[in-house]
Amino acid sequence: MHIYANPARFLRLARPLTAWLGWSGGVLIALGLLGGLFLAPEDYLQGDSVRIMYVHVPAAWLGMGGWTGIAVASLMQLVWRHPLAATAARAVAVPGALFTALCLVTGSLWGRPTWGTYWEWDGRMTSMLVLLFLYIGYIALGDADRQRGGEGRITAIFGLVGAINIPIIKYSVEWWNTLHQGQSIGVGGSSIDNTMLWPLLLSALGFSLWFGSIVLMRMRAALARQKLEARLRRLAA
Amino acid sequence: MNHWPFIIAAYAATILATSGLTLWSWSAMRRAEREADALRQSK
Repeated sequence: MHIYANPARFLRLARPLTAWLGWSGGVLIALGLLGGLFLAPEDYLQGDSVRIMYVHVPAAWLGMGGWTGIAVASLMQLVWRHPLAATAARAVAVPGALFTALCLVTGSLWGRPTWGTYWEWDGRMTSMLVLLFLYIGYIALGDADRQRGGEGRITAIFGLVGAINIPIIKYSVEWWNTLHQGQSIGVGGSSIDNTMLWPLLLSALGFSLWFGSIVLMRMRAALARQKLEARLRRLAA
Repeated sequence: MNHWPFIIAAYAATILATSGLTLWSWSAMRRAEREADALRQSK
């Protein structure tokens, strides 16, 4: 990771990767969503509403994965003082918050025809809502710290402490009796039939690549702004 | 109950939100990189 501590070296890799991740992600998303909408069968119990899974599950994974990325980058910033770690963590925050919000919105839209309600204060939904609030707090804290000229240590500590919510979300369906169904895909395998699994995996991979592309765009913008501010300071001196 | 209005709403929200964020991030990146390049060339 320290190979890419040099922003110039990082940018040489990030420039072609931004477009490659974006376009390949877009193609995979299109294939996954079209497969989920028109080729995958309806569920024997939930009917057609199960097709919301192809946008809801990737959004949930990326919401949780985004905060895991923030926690790892925060650790790298605090322990190893990696110069790009703070930039990477901040670049993940907005797309992470967006996918968490999309998880909540699409989950509500799935819940109405399936459970008869848009919202229930159960463990999974409440812990996911807490994740959205954590993202909003992290973004606000990062902006305030940057405006004060801070090094982002408080924001990094917040990113690390907030990671406690990730295992709570994951195990919420086991720890509490919830409306939300249990885990269908794990390390050991999946209980989803292959006819429904392939569009989900394509969609999840596509959204993940797209997420990576957005993070790289935001990192490149942040690095360009830092370079601009440094030059303006040198010119003013 | 017809499920398709819920499905269409979920897909539309996802596509619109992710496309909007992509456009915003891309235009912010292009603007910042253009400004940084312009300042370097003006020196």
